[in-house]
Amino acid sequence: MRRKDRTYPILVGLFLLFSGAVFFTPRWFSFLLTVAVARSLVVLGVVLLMRAGLVSFGQGFFYCIGGYVAGFSSNAFGVTDAGAVVILAALGAVVAGAIVGLLLCNYRDIFFAMLTLALSMILYSVIVKNPALGGSDGFNVPPPTILGISPEAVDPRVSLPLFTFAVAFLLYALAHRYFLSGFGYAGLALRMNEIRLEYLSLSARALVFLKYILAGVLASVGGALIAYISGHVDPELAYWTTSGEFVFIALLGGTGHVLAPLAGGVVFEVIRSYAFDLAPSLWQMVLGVILLLMIIFMPEGLWSLTERFLERKRDEAAP
Amino acid sequence: MKPLLETRGVTKRFGAVVAAEKVNVQVREGEVVGIIGANGAGKTTFVNIITGYVKPTSGRVLFDGQDITGLPPRKVIRKGICRSFQIPQLFPDLTVEENLLVACTLLNRPFGKLLRPFHDGKFIERVEEALEKFHIKDYRHEPAGTLPQGVKKLLDIAMAMMGKTRLILLDEPTSGVAIDEKFPLMDTIVRSVGRNGTTTIFIEHDMEVVEHYAERVIAFYDGKVIADGETSRVLRNEDVVSFITGSIPTARREPADADS
Ligand SMILES: Nc1ncnc2c1ncn2[C@@H]1O[C@H](COP(=O)(O)OP(=O)(O)O)[C@@H](O)[C@H]1O
Ligand SMILES: [Mg+2]
Repeated sequence: MRRKDRTYPILVGLFLLFSGAVFFTPRWFSFLLTVAVARSLVVLGVVLLMRAGLVSFGQGFFYCIGGYVAGFSSNAFGVTDAGAVVILAALGAVVAGAIVGLLLCNYRDIFFAMLTLALSMILYSVIVKNPALGGSDGFNVPPPTILGISPEAVDPRVSLPLFTFAVAFLLYALAHRYFLSGFGYAGLALRMNEIRLEYLSLSARALVFLKYILAGVLASVGGALIAYISGHVDPELAYWTTSGEFVFIALLGGTGHVLAPLAGGVVFEVIRSYAFDLAPSLWQMVLGVILLLMIIFMPEGLWSLTERFLERKRDEAAP
Repeated sequence: MKPLLETRGVTKRFGAVVAAEKVNVQVREGEVVGIIGANGAGKTTFVNIITGYVKPTSGRVLFDGQDITGLPPRKVIRKGICRSFQIPQLFPDLTVEENLLVACTLLNRPFGKLLRPFHDGKFIERVEEALEKFHIKDYRHEPAGTLPQGVKKLLDIAMAMMGKTRLILLDEPTSGVAIDEKFPLMDTIVRSVGRNGTTTIFIEHDMEVVEHYAERVIAFYDGKVIADGETSRVLRNEDVVSFITGSIPTARREPADADS
């Protein structure tokens, strides 16, 4: 039996909850939450690929593109509205993804992973070596207007989180719809048996191409949001450790559901801020140990906890 | 009458190995053809070439008068040719039901419409029919990877047939299946395949099965067709007896010869 799907109401509920947190929790916490949600969009893209059996170690490529689209839009082209910039960032990812996707769709497994990594490293060095792009220091991004509302009218520390949550939860809803569509299941099929997929008249390459672009759009939008949230962009966005973190969060959350990357993202930011406060020098070790424990004891990610919980409830309900 | 399937001088070399050599075969609409031959004779390669998984070194493949040589599987399949696999090609972590639903959805929905919800009433009905027809209803909620071999074979064939099927190529449908289950399995297959006059080509090692189900037999040896014709005639053919079967069919023989 299929469980009744309550994802959409849960997404609305979470949106309201997170929005409320902006008003009723300390600033540092709502900031942390905003960062977590924006970055979890990138992770959602990683998960979308993982469900199809593809691991990208280079989502920093798109994350960085999104960040710089936001930066250059306001600093060089006078496009200062976050709504417009999010759309531009998405388009930028579509264009970039379509170009490199033509190459990537021919590769799988470790080759796919390493190629994505290579692309992000190339982008990183291009920016670092290029003063016109801000070099290794990057540059500041002024607070945007948000759908016409200027930062003077409403404090961006309020409007920006709300905007981030709105964009993110909309994309989460769309992603959920996608996971339940023919494409979503075709992705699972791609992971499990590419030969059969071809014999079901679907082009595996076309599917990889499409999924790579979609994941890129999510990463790019996440990057644009982060540029505004942090008020700054630098080439670190494309650095391989950044991309690695997204894979880390994907493993932490799991791939079973759209909400898994969100759970992973929030837990990650919380761990990070506490570990950083308590033991700044041991931060990497804390991460390493957590990853180790996750892989050994919870390879399906935090999301599997909810599955276990629901199963127990069902067993109890059974006569 | 124009043949439904025709191969003209199809040759395939893998390095020094000649897996198909000037294979000329014509199959009429509605025929049930058995293909026999020892391991490595080129039977699977023949199916791979027709369905576009392998490109022939030379020669042409025609389907319904159309040249389909070199088309990739996904385009060949759209024309109504389907195949099963010697080793069942399933989605192991998905349930039997989901395997069929994926097959049905992908085969019947154009790429542009795949954004629609996967659980579509019309397709669910067709999956239901297939579960019934292939007698695999009891396994519907089990992951495909854990099924018994015979059920895997059935699911593999059922998946292949979720789209338009004018010609079905079955690669050793009874291999790996217990001897006493071969006939029931073939009955199920033939009943669900043959009812609407679908042209059927099946590769088989068990000569009793071949005798019972094929109207016509094509015998492969070393990439070449060494005999082609009415079943009992081919099974009595001297070359076929000495190179493939080892005996005349009337004599009782051990079924299931060494094949894995
Ligand atoms: N992809 C391939 N690459 C190299 N050799 C192959 C390939 N496929 C088949 N062959 C060779 O072609 C010959 C015929 O194989 P196959 O068609 O699988 O035989 P059969 O199905 O009759 O057992 C064998 O010698 C096999 O090793
Ligand atoms: Mg074979």
